[in-house]
Amino acid sequence: MAFQAEDLNLEATELRLGLPGTKESEQQKTNNKRALPVEPESNASSAPKPTPSKAQVVGWPPVRSYRKNCFQAKKTEGESGGMFVKVSMDGAPYLRKMDLKVYKGYPELLKALEDMFKFKVGEYCEKELGYNNRSEFVPTYEDKDGDWMLLGDVPWEMFFTSCKRLRIMKGSEAKGLGCAV
Amino acid sequence: MNYFPDEVIEHIFDFVTKQRDRNAVSLVCKSWCRIERFSRERVVIGNCYAISAERVIARFPGLKSLTLKGKPHFADFNLVPQGWGGSVDPWIEALAESRVGLEELRLKRMVVSDECLDLLSRSFLNFKSLVLVSCEGFTTDGLAAIAANCRFLRELDLQENEIDDHRGHWLSCFPDSCTSLVSLNFACLKGEINLAALVRLVARSPNLKVLRVNRAVPPDTLQKVLMQAPQLVDLGTGSYVLDPDSESYSKLKATILKCKSIKSLSGFLEVAPRSLPAFYPICLTLTSLNLSYAPGVHGSDLIKLIRQCGRLQRLWILDCIGDKGLAVVASTCKELQELRVFPSDPFGVGHAAVTEEGLVAISAGCPKLHSLLYFCQQMTNAALITVAKNCPNFIRFRLCILDPTKPDPVTMQPLDEGFGAIVQACKKLRRLSMSGLLTDQVFLYIGMYAEQLEMLSIAFAGDSDKGMLYVLNGCKKMRKLEIRDSPFGDGALLKDVGKYETMRSLWMSSCEVTLGGCKTLAMNMPGLNVEIINENDQMEFIIDDEQKVEKMYVYRTLVGPREDKPEFVWTL
Repeated sequence: MAFQAEDLNLEATELRLGLPGTKESEQQKTNNKRALPVEPESNASSAPKPTPSKAQVVGWPPVRSYRKNCFQAKKTEGESGGMFVKVSMDGAPYLRKMDLKVYKGYPELLKALEDMFKFKVGEYCEKELGYNNRSEFVPTYEDKDGDWMLLGDVPWEMFFTSCKRLRIMKGSEAKGLGCAV
Repeated sequence: MNYFPDEVIEHIFDFVTKQRDRNAVSLVCKSWCRIERFSRERVVIGNCYAISAERVIARFPGLKSLTLKGKPHFADFNLVPQGWGGSVDPWIEALAESRVGLEELRLKRMVVSDECLDLLSRSFLNFKSLVLVSCEGFTTDGLAAIAANCRFLRELDLQENEIDDHRGHWLSCFPDSCTSLVSLNFACLKGEINLAALVRLVARSPNLKVLRVNRAVPPDTLQKVLMQAPQLVDLGTGSYVLDPDSESYSKLKATILKCKSIKSLSGFLEVAPRSLPAFYPICLTLTSLNLSYAPGVHGSDLIKLIRQCGRLQRLWILDCIGDKGLAVVASTCKELQELRVFPSDPFGVGHAAVTEEGLVAISAGCPKLHSLLYFCQQMTNAALITVAKNCPNFIRFRLCILDPTKPDPVTMQPLDEGFGAIVQACKKLRRLSMSGLLTDQVFLYIGMYAEQLEMLSIAFAGDSDKGMLYVLNGCKKMRKLEIRDSPFGDGALLKDVGKYETMRSLWMSSCEVTLGGCKTLAMNMPGLNVEIINENDQMEFIIDDEQKVEKMYVYRTLVGPREDKPEFVWTL
């Protein structure tokens, strides 16, 4: 805020009480507080780690370590390994790999597949038992039991834990999946 | 003094159950003290270093139930280094050597070893109940000893402990003859367990009322367990990933219908939200719901679930419920007494979090609310003033703004007036934690109005010694005061050193207190242990009295400096 004011030189035309040449302090209250250890202005001996937005203060927020570890574990499971699965498309000369952990749900995953292989998959419609048949491509996956399943039938978490690889089926094979048993 | 024979007085004392009342009774005269101490069965030691095991045993030979607390509260937030202390081993050893017929042991923030669990299990024939909260230092081997040797075990309750999991066989150590279990909680265990053994154990425990399982227990085992224990009152699920169209789901749904007594529900450590409706029948009679470890339950699935819970008295939830979700809670849960809203993403910039709006809605809809723990993005004075008006019955009020020095975002003022309104309106307030931008003014209010306040947690608050002095002078019932990153120094610390003998403990870290100030306190008050935690290994530190002390922990004690201090803890 102060920087903008200086640019416009509002102070020159400002009407206020006080001797000319004096400048009010920026802060409304004198702050005798010890600076937060991670504020860049402080010359604390502990060099603050560079953080993009939120500063991390030791022990703040006051959440029990046990609880923090539970949630960290969930996060680092993703960060440490990623869940890479092979993705093949019928007719393509080579396969790709994708990290499923990056996606929060089917719409994102389908969009990513479409972008990767430059095709359109059409809309998944539960009632019509599969994807609308205007597209000749159908996304499928191989589950833990080795069966080829249509992408989108089960809840995301369930798919996520059982998916071993993805395959974009095309052509005559695909039509078989359009009408389900 | 006694107009009645001892047995009559003792019988009258049977009706005096609260520890504070029994302490008061024992002060009346010598014979009452004698009668009381021989008949006392439950003892709570709030600070394990305030007294020794030998003296407790000598005074209360009829001891059956012992509760011990170890590390200071801020240890929960990594402010106390590993190895600080709080071991229960000397207590178990002393009890084992004595004639005490211990039946119940409850520990909080203590270090427990497998050896002492083993000793415990073999030393007390009638041992019935072990409750461990936020403890560490033991493995599933220790649990195996308890399971194997405590023939009349009723309760094994493990809450939020860090347990080294050596995988699985401890549950099988319960002998076939063990049929006395009433409460079993192993939700915090991280490893696999023997599922068949669990089902068999539940099948032979007709009195089982509380069962909280861990992540390794899948839905179909849960179904088998519930078939064996439809009388359960408190259920914690493990992993709940289930296809709602599957047969397993239909089976589970039908089994749940038979469980008509469940009042408390928790768990859902992993969850497929579309399968939650199986639990709707339970929700109608639920009084306690803990979804604070279930980030998978959110959005409309969460709202639908909450709408079923009209009788809820206690709710623990994550902040992804949002202000709108809290409004649903406010309109549904009219009997709500305790609410805890935890951060789902403690270090992230909250996209889904709660603000003052959610809290105001709750206060308007839930007039019986008396306990609150609320992690939020922001808070306003106006909101706090409204909350104070709506809910004057608060006993515990803990507010944590994720940015600890954030002012009222609307007025840019400190939150002094808001918290002031809370302490003025809530005459029964016993525990308070504050955050946000706060000046000495809020402490003036606390000193003036918070007459029943026993525990106060302060962080990044205040301007000068005056703040701390207002509290020390005004709050006559203060027992635990913990302060971090606030500009209180020797002036405040040393003004009334006698005060600390009326309190259990004082913690000050990253404040302005100096080594010299601590030394003065220690010299004048031999009845206190003044401990400094110094994590740097520099010897120069000892010489300079002007040096600010990083962490100070002061507590009253009858047994002098403790002998199990690590190198980095100094008693002055």
